[in-house]
Amino acid sequence: MWENIIDNPTGWKKLIIFVILLLAWIAGFSSRLFAVIRFESIIHEFDPWFNYRATAYMVEHGFYKFLNWFDERAWYPLGRIVGGTVYPGLMITSGSIHYILHSLNIPIHIRDICVFLAPVFSGFTSIATYFLTKELWSEGAGLFAACFIAIVPGYISRSVAGSYDNEGIAIFALQFTYYLWVKSVSTGSVLWSTLTALSYFYMVSAWGGYVFITNLIPLHVFVLLLMGRYSHRLFVSYTVFYILGLVMSMQIPFVGFQPIRTSEHMAALGVFALMIIVAALKYISSKITKAEFTFLFKLGMVVAATTVFLIVVILTYSGVVAPWSGRFYSLWDTTYAKIHIPIIASVSEHQPTTWFSFFFDLHMLVSMFPVGLWYCLKDLTDTRVFVVLYVISAVYFAGVMVRLMLTLTPVVCVLSGIAFSLIFDCHMKEEDTICKEIDAEIEKKKTVEKVKSSRKSRSSDIQRNDANIDSLGVNFKCIVIVSAVLILMLFAAHCTWVTSNAYSSPSIVLASHSSDGSRQILDDFREAYFWLSRNTDSNARIMSWWDYGYQIAGMANRTTLVDNNTWNNSHIALVGKAMASTESEAYNIMTSLDVDYVLIIFGGVIGYSGDDINKFLWMVRIAEGEHPKDIREGDYFTERGEFRVDSEGSPVLLNCLMYKLSYYNFGELKLDFRSPPGYDRTRNAVIGNKNFQLTYLEEAYTTEHWLVRIYRVKKPEEFNRPRVPVSNRKISIPHTFVSKKTANKKKGLIRDKPVKRKVQTMNS
Amino acid sequence: MPQLLSVLSKFKDEYLNTTPKKLKIIDAYLLYILLTGIIQFIYCCLVGTFPFNSFLSGFISCVSSFILAVCLRLQINTQNKDDFKGISPERAFADFIFAHVILHLVIMNFIG
Repeated sequence: MWENIIDNPTGWKKLIIFVILLLAWIAGFSSRLFAVIRFESIIHEFDPWFNYRATAYMVEHGFYKFLNWFDERAWYPLGRIVGGTVYPGLMITSGSIHYILHSLNIPIHIRDICVFLAPVFSGFTSIATYFLTKELWSEGAGLFAACFIAIVPGYISRSVAGSYDNEGIAIFALQFTYYLWVKSVSTGSVLWSTLTALSYFYMVSAWGGYVFITNLIPLHVFVLLLMGRYSHRLFVSYTVFYILGLVMSMQIPFVGFQPIRTSEHMAALGVFALMIIVAALKYISSKITKAEFTFLFKLGMVVAATTVFLIVVILTYSGVVAPWSGRFYSLWDTTYAKIHIPIIASVSEHQPTTWFSFFFDLHMLVSMFPVGLWYCLKDLTDTRVFVVLYVISAVYFAGVMVRLMLTLTPVVCVLSGIAFSLIFDCHMKEEDTICKEIDAEIEKKKTVEKVKSSRKSRSSDIQRNDANIDSLGVNFKCIVIVSAVLILMLFAAHCTWVTSNAYSSPSIVLASHSSDGSRQILDDFREAYFWLSRNTDSNARIMSWWDYGYQIAGMANRTTLVDNNTWNNSHIALVGKAMASTESEAYNIMTSLDVDYVLIIFGGVIGYSGDDINKFLWMVRIAEGEHPKDIREGDYFTERGEFRVDSEGSPVLLNCLMYKLSYYNFGELKLDFRSPPGYDRTRNAVIGNKNFQLTYLEEAYTTEHWLVRIYRVKKPEEFNRPRVPVSNRKISIPHTFVSKKTANKKKGLIRDKPVKRKVQTMNS
Repeated sequence: MPQLLSVLSKFKDEYLNTTPKKLKIIDAYLLYILLTGIIQFIYCCLVGTFPFNSFLSGFISCVSSFILAVCLRLQINTQNKDDFKGISPERAFADFIFAHVILHLVIMNFIG
């Protein structure tokens, strides 16, 4: 069989590549199914619920209705123009899959498509990564990269089954766009660059992260220009991509005219203009002598530079070009968001990344990718400059925000793929018998064989290395290969472990292990949302913190005040103010917003740390940003600056609405024999304010583990006097007939007769 | 100034003598698109940009037609053969048509 491969390499090569990519797809798909197997086919977390609701709406009402959808059930009383404020790529993708399957008479529910969309697209991502790496380095490196991206936790975290979010398809679009871009730079063909623009269009429709592409590609072109690597190929690929991408990106309603109006997109425009100027100069210089050209060049440069500079300054100051947006500033100045936009800083995925999470999400790739980077730098081509810039910018962004780890992951896989491919390339020459034994039990076997069979050497450098390595002993080579394979196995084990333990929880169904090891399912969230959908008026308005807005809308189908869209900071601040003020002040806010029910999350009974009391300081901070006179963050801390809920906590905290709603009737609850009543397991403290009554609200529903508590806001006529149950209400009407001719009245009395009163005299 | 004029006249002679006829036709087409773009720009300066998407689609379609024609010119120029290996003039023209089809579909959608 081995001789056959050597005899007819191309046919076998194709087959092996195909099989490996298929296996990578299957491995990636099945490792994302932990959540479905353990729980059920369900949409996860927060944002996916909105995407799911929007998709269901689109499937039901059609695409044009969806584009014009005004959602009056969100952001009460403002409403939200959904069609103009979403990236519709995700909904269109799953909607068209639904349409195709239904026209083939496969009656699948839209929810199942939404749940399994991200795992399926992870397979496309690994194929796109294979092509990208193949274009940059070799097929062997491409296969490594495809296998890495299929199982790497940094990408799985956003694409497990049920995590129906923009990132799931956007990473595929990102990788595919980059592949097409690299391809078009190396061929200089209009076709490839038109396809790049089309893929970019898909990316724009799918995720706000498209800004990364619009800045990275111009940066690549600009750096190539600085390096003196201008070529006509570069001109063709960039200008065609830019102008087609520009007009296409403006077709998405949410993006609108931003590409010509905001500063984020100006770099691309500037490089486009620069490219045209450079091309014109090249053309002119080919027609005239050098001395004449330098004269023209100097003249033209001065004129062009001053006009461009003046135009940009004038446009920025006159307000035509919007300055950088807040989210963008927070990328450069990491403390910016904390000071100016608490709503961005409050989201946990916008926090700076810790070193731990680099290793957790990327494992050994984080130490391998510099090797690939070094080899790329050593043997630089136009396309490898691109991957170098890609990794440098992605490392920076990943350091700023946990969430942007996602953009780093693919390029790290590409570079580590190159590194591993080189290691195996160098150490496996002429060692057929040994390596066969080693790889026999290893999953990566085929990749390794493939690398070996592709005998195409890339550069003189590597050949020189090969020459050196060839002089090394067989034992040494063997050790290197065994350790590399061991590292790969550790990596696979780590990925599976992380996926299974950290990234496969739907977060609306919680699982806990009891003392005997059996698994308990805590389904409190759905219990509460189901209660809402069954027991409240269909137009009831629910007030909750914005994290739960999408879930309430998606599962309970009730009107919410604020949700995860967070487009209106002052509205959120108003809700935060209501939660942070005393009951009577909160009641004024709630009546002005027509609130019927208040929903809060309380983890004190089961020790759930993501509850509203732990998020409370962000509510206070956001409220303080808009209402600095009424809410001050310092009031909620003790004198020593601690945030505590026990009897030493600040009195403002102990009497605010959020505290009371969380701990209402909690003071009497004794959780087990050891702890005193009212012991909060999340914060490990006995609560400070027990046995209070609520005046303006009443408890409507509390779930089994007290995780979700729902309160009804009383109407004004209800709380001024004690409420009497309907069955006990009696209106006493005397039934006995009383004759006026009683003994008293026989004499005839004068009505309103003056009554003699005793006059009290002040006798001393 | 006289130096500039002499350079320009020399450039003109050079152009007329060395450029093949095919490329001259494309150059005439480029000039036509350039004039169309300039007229549109002047019009928007005088009248205003009210249906902004219509103005943009008109102007961008000019710019992109210009760019695509420049690319076509680069690709079929025999002097640039080394840059574009594997792209024959026929292939370049087919790419040009393909990009135009995509472009005008988008422009039609955008013009409103």
